[in-house]
Order: sequence, then structure tokens, then C-alpha cells
Amino acid sequence: MPRSNALAFFLVYLACLVLLGATIGVAHLGLGALNPVLNLSIAAAKAFLIMWFFMHLREGSTLVRLVAFAGLFWLIILFGLVLTDWLARSGGPLG
Amino acid sequence: MSTITGEMPPRSYLRAGHTIRSWLLTTDHKRIAILYLVTITLFFLIGSVAAGLIRLELVTPRGDLLSHDGYNKTFTLHGVIMVWFFLVPSIPTTFGNFLIPLMIGARDLAFPRLNLASWYLFGLGGLFTLYALVAGGVDTGWTFYTPYSSMFSNGHVIAVIVGVFVVGFSSIFTAINLMVTTHRLRAPGMTWFRLPIFVWSHYATSVVMLLATPVLSITLLLVALERGLGIGIFDPALGGDPLLFQHLFWFYSHPAVYIMVLPAMGVVTELVTAFSKNRVFGYKFVAFASIAIAAIGFLVWGHHMFTSGQSMYAGFVFSFLSYAVAVPSAIKVYNWAATLHKGQIELAAPLLYALGFIALFVIGGTTGLVLAALAVDVHVHDTYFVVAHFHYIMVGGTVTAFFGAMHFWWPKMTGRIYPEFWGRLAALTIFLGFNLTFFPQFVLGYLGMPRRYHEYPPEFQILHVLSSAGSMALAAGYLLPACYLLWSLRYGARAGSNPWGAAGLEWTIASPPPTHNFATTPTVDFEAYAYPAPEARR
Amino acid sequence: MSRSGAVAEPFTDEAQQHEAATLGLWLFIASELMLFGAIFLGLAVYRLADPAAATIASDHLHLWLGGVNTAVLLTSSLAMALAVLAARAGRPRPTTLWLLATAALGLMFLVLKAYEYRLEYLEGLMPGVGPPFPLDRPVELFFNLYFVSTGLHAAHLTLGIAAVGLFAWRTARRRLPLPEHATRMEGLGIYWHFVDVVWLFLYPTLYLI
Repeated sequence: MPRSNALAFFLVYLACLVLLGATIGVAHLGLGALNPVLNLSIAAAKAFLIMWFFMHLREGSTLVRLVAFAGLFWLIILFGLVLTDWLARSGGPLG
Repeated sequence: MSTITGEMPPRSYLRAGHTIRSWLLTTDHKRIAILYLVTITLFFLIGSVAAGLIRLELVTPRGDLLSHDGYNKTFTLHGVIMVWFFLVPSIPTTFGNFLIPLMIGARDLAFPRLNLASWYLFGLGGLFTLYALVAGGVDTGWTFYTPYSSMFSNGHVIAVIVGVFVVGFSSIFTAINLMVTTHRLRAPGMTWFRLPIFVWSHYATSVVMLLATPVLSITLLLVALERGLGIGIFDPALGGDPLLFQHLFWFYSHPAVYIMVLPAMGVVTELVTAFSKNRVFGYKFVAFASIAIAAIGFLVWGHHMFTSGQSMYAGFVFSFLSYAVAVPSAIKVYNWAATLHKGQIELAAPLLYALGFIALFVIGGTTGLVLAALAVDVHVHDTYFVVAHFHYIMVGGTVTAFFGAMHFWWPKMTGRIYPEFWGRLAALTIFLGFNLTFFPQFVLGYLGMPRRYHEYPPEFQILHVLSSAGSMALAAGYLLPACYLLWSLRYGARAGSNPWGAAGLEWTIASPPPTHNFATTPTVDFEAYAYPAPEARR
Repeated sequence: MSRSGAVAEPFTDEAQQHEAATLGLWLFIASELMLFGAIFLGLAVYRLADPAAATIASDHLHLWLGGVNTAVLLTSSLAMALAVLAARAGRPRPTTLWLLATAALGLMFLVLKAYEYRLEYLEGLMPGVGPPFPLDRPVELFFNLYFVSTGLHAAHLTLGIAAVGLFAWRTARRRLPLPEHATRMEGLGIYWHFVDVVWLFLYPTLYLI
């Protein structure tokens, strides 16, 4: 697995700044329900870049990548099942 | 990799330094295990005294021994101490710490100084909590339900929360240590499927400790902030939802019960194989069942909230998943039974404890299924039925396995043999005393006796008296090993490296082991539980 | 871990030690993810329950201050990543300088945050202290969550700055031989980047949605 060099890091940094600009821009567009989806997706993209390059997941072993993903997966479980309750309560969006 | 080239056998870990400093600043996983053993025994004692007070109070229908407030503080103390300061650390920090490097052929855990830090954090958290309990106590129950705990309770809630918060990090660091050790420090040839099931169980436990504990930490922090600053996260007046607390609390606290029982199951597999001289039946099933229990265990927490007002659909999902989690547990029980079948059974004390575990775990587990049925739970929620259910698992299960482990590995840890007659007597006393204490509670709960009440209608008294009598027998049963185990330290026969004739790398080295465990790193080319192993007995 | 050699007990070689340290750190990050995740859950749940109050709250936050802070933290991440590169190359002086830059940028974040908090304090938006809360009660809940989540983040950042400062000092004093101890620098970097990632999600969640 290739090791990153300073150039790669600068490019990642610039990409993140561009995405930051994009996210602030999107927030001003007044897109309603699409706003959170877009903004969180942009945040996820920035996070991925940082994790893949700055946090060396690019050159890490499969195990390390699995651990990084597992944390995220468990968070999805927490969110998913709690929201099952919330959204499905009587008077709620799905109940 | 260093080899010992001198002629003298290496000193045992117990003899490598006699000063207090050599113990309090040790990084030897075996010494740290002993440090933990002493500390958790102290907490077990404190929690047991509280239990004794509860049972004494409940002998009569009137609240005559303790005030209402006093009773609330007593059962809170009992729960907080027993859950976080005894059960959760019990097997992983003592036997896990001591044995896992030995079982995989390593010289220590991956991060020895982090291990010591874990113990100090445990002690620090414990001191904080004890302070709170001595300075007046907490009356919220170990479950800290909001809005009572966050807004109305007059107890030292924040101090206890700080104690539990600190001890949470002890858990997390231990989990990291055990997981990295298992991944990276196995001896050559020790593949995953040659590991003792004890190691698999602790790995699964560590996953749970790592991912569930932080949620508890942040939840308790939020309660403390609400008490201190009035931030209203769980306050309906501000739009907060007390049910959010329950979701977050039980997201940790249900997997926590698997933290408590998975290591015990690992112990039972070791005992069952050692005393039947058989390989474990269905090794891969048992190994993966541990992982499955850990994973599915994260998905069932809502079964503590069936009557709380959560949505009915969430209730369905959690009920269904609660039935699913019983499947891998049942697989383990079947496999233990099959392992014992046609084995060369030796009814030594450790096996008696293992058999007790299996019987009591089955009862506890099946009553869990009763509780998982939504309609039945409406009737028995918050009654003694629930109390009996979880004590069958935690005490009948985990504590029994803890004692079994104690007896099995005592010769290895101390180099001394305990008196077998007394060992068997204690095991039997514990089994009988336990059932007398807790079986009547199933009946009590079904008849409607609520939990956390110290006054009750007179018609329940006979069952309470039976339960309290049982608790006295149980206490006697627990005190016996304290006496004869300590006696054996001075007067017991000296143990060889493998007094039980058991398989496993820990039995190939001296009792007690030298500081660096193995003179040369072993190469493993045999399966786990490779019986028949013609090792010399005593 | 010993001072003289690079491989500590109980490891047998550097690769094993490096793998173990990396794995251990990522496991810790996973636990931290669950810590912050629970707060994000609270934010999500209450936003679903009362979207109007959430919008009012986020309108009262200082979007541009937060945006500048995000850029500051991103820059600090770059500096940290370059420090690790220099450490791997066995060059203590650039390592020290990049670490100092990281710490300085982190401090800048905290200063801006403190300024932001002060503005909010003066408006009465802080729980427990200062003037009474000026807006409706449900909005207060969102502001309280804002303070808790950014406060927790700031606490993590402060610990990070202290650690970076310590590492910079030790590297400058040549007490941390490089590249033998580059693993530790990587570990520090992983923690720092994680704190950055948390903010990357906090900013849109609190300020932009």
C-alpha cells in the first residue's frame, strides 16, 4: 500500500476547503429537506478524505480498516433502532 | 525473543519483588490480575452487605429496619457496586488478565502500562462512588432514570456518576488491551481456531465493552450536566424526552449483561472440557456463538422499555430480536452437554460450579424469553420476576462461574492446592442456597410483588422468608471458599504445573508461572482441547 | 516502552509493535465515535421532534465564525499530517515546527470559540450563567445541546493541544528519537484528525441545517 507524500496531503487539504465552501454555499440556497442530506454528505466526503489520507487508512491493514468501519456501523445501529421508536410513535411521521 | 540460559529456574511472578512498590507499579499482567482480584473481592463484600440488609428488611411486611429513603439508597448501592464494580470487571480483569497471555503463548498483554492504568482508574472510580455512598447515598436505583435522577433526587448523584464515568474508561482500556493482544500476540501456529474458547469469549466481551461503554459515559455525563446546569436534555418542560435517557442507558446496559455473562461462558467451556477430558463439541459453533451473542446483544435493549411508552412497532422489533439472541446461547448449552457426553467425568469442585452454571443459566435464560414476550412483560415488568431472572443469570451464572474459575486456576495462580472436600461442600451449599433465595422470587413476581418496595401485603411474607433464609445459606456458601482458599495459601499442598491434567498452554508452565511466562515462545501445532493429554496428575 | 530500544515488551519486532499500536488507537477512536455519536443522536432526535425550534437555534449561531474555525481546524490537520511525514523521515526540526503550528492553530480555534461563547453569553444563551434565556423554551434545549457538544469537542481539543505541545517539546529536546518513535507521532495524529472529523460533522449539524 502506497505511502502518501506531502503533495497528496496538500491536495486533500485544498479539496476539504473547497468542500467547506460548498457546504456553506448549499446552506444558503434554501433547499429545504435536501439541505441536511447534501450537507451531511459533504461532511462525510471530507471525513473520508481525512481518514483515508491523513489518518493513514490508505496504507493500513485490512484489520485496521475494518475497525474504522465497525465503529461507524455500530453508530448506525444506535441511530437506526432509536429512530425506529421515534418515527413510529403514535402521532409521529410513521405511527 | 529471549531465552533463559542460566541453570536456575526463573523465579515465580509472586517472588519477583516483595515491596509494595513492586506491586503497585507492576506491569506484569499476573500481578495486575491479583490486584484486581483483591479490589473486586472488597466490592463484592460491600455489595453483599447491602444485599443482606435488603433480605433482612424483607423478612417482615412492614418497613421496620430501614426508612423508605434508606431502603432506596441500599438497593441503589447494591446495584451500582455489584454491576459496575464487581460483575463487569470480575472475570475479564482477573482471569482474563492472568490467563489470556498464557493461553496464547505471549509474554504479557499488548499494553502493560495501560493495564496498570486501568486498575488505577478502577480504584479511583471506586473511591469516588464509595465516598458518595458513605456521604449520604443515592436513591435513584442503579438505573438512574430521568427525570428523577436529573431533576428531583436529593442524593449524591453527580459523585456516583463521576465514579461510574471513570470506571468506564478502565473498561474501555482493558477491552483495547485484550483485543490487540488477541490479534497481534498469538504464538506462531496459534491460529484463531486453535484458541481456547475462553479467549474467544473475552474477545467478544471486549467488543461490547469498547462500543457500549462510551454511550453510558456520555449519557451519565448528560444527567450530571442536567443536574448541575439545568440543561434539560431529558426535561419535558424544555422539550426533552426522558425516554431518550432510557434508550441511551439501555443501549449500554443491555450489552453490559453480556459483558457479564460471556466471560463466564468462556470459563464454563474450559471447565467442562477439562473435567470430561473431551474436546469441545462443535468448536466453531461455540466460537461464533460468542460473537453472535455480542452482536445481537446490541440490538435488544428496548425490551427493558416495553411499558415505557416507546412505540409499539419498536416493541415488536425488540421482542423479536430478544428471542433471536437466545439462539446462540442455547447453542452453547447444547454444545456443553454434548461435550460432557461419554466423557471421563471427574466431579471436582470446578466442574460442580460449571454444572451449576448450566442449570441456573438455563432457568435464567428461559425466564428471559418469558419476559421477552410483550404481553407477559406488561404483567411482570418491575416485579420480582425480573429480579429473579437477572439474578439467576448474574449470580447463578456469572458468580458461580467466577467461583469455578477461582477453584480451577487457583493452583496455577498460587501454586497451592485447596482442600477438595470443602470445595465440593461450598459448591453444593451455594447451589442450594441460591435456589432457595431466588426461586421463590419468580413466584413472588408472578403474584405481583413489585421490585424496590420494602413494604408488602402479608400474604407474600412466607415467600420472602424463604428467600431470606436462602440468602443466609448463600452467604455461608460464599464465605467458605474465602476461608479455605486463604488457608491453602499457607497449608495447602504445592501444585505441579498441571494438577488437573488439563490441556492448554497455561498448564505447560510452572505453578505459579515465572514473570515472563515462557522461557521460549511456544510453537503451536495442536488443536485446542487436544485430549487425551497424558499429562501427569498431581 | 523502553527509552533505549524501539521495541518494547512484549513485542518481538517493530512491525508487530507498530501494527498493535495502530490497531489499539483505532479501537480507541471507535469508542470515541460512540461517545460523540450519542450526542449526535440527541441532536437528531430533537430536531425531528421540533424542526422549527432547531432552525431558530441554528439561525442564532454565528455561521461565519464557525466556518472560519472549520478552516482553522482543517489547516491544523494538514500541519499534523506534515509533522508525521517529517517524523517518519527522521527529521526532528521540521517535525517540531509542524507540531507547533498544529498546536497554534488548535489554540486559535479555542480562542475563536471562546469569543463565540462570549457573544452567546452576553445574549443570555448560556445555561446556568448570565442573563436569562431570551427565546422560547424549546429553542433553549437546542442551545444547551450546542454547548454540550461543542464543549465536549473543545475539551478533547484541549487535551490534544496539550499532547501536541508535549510531543513538540520532547522532539525539540531530542528526547524522542526519530524515525524510531514515529509510531507515537502517528498515534497522536490519528487522535488529532479524529477531533477534526468530529467538528466536520458538528459544524453542519449545528450551524447549517
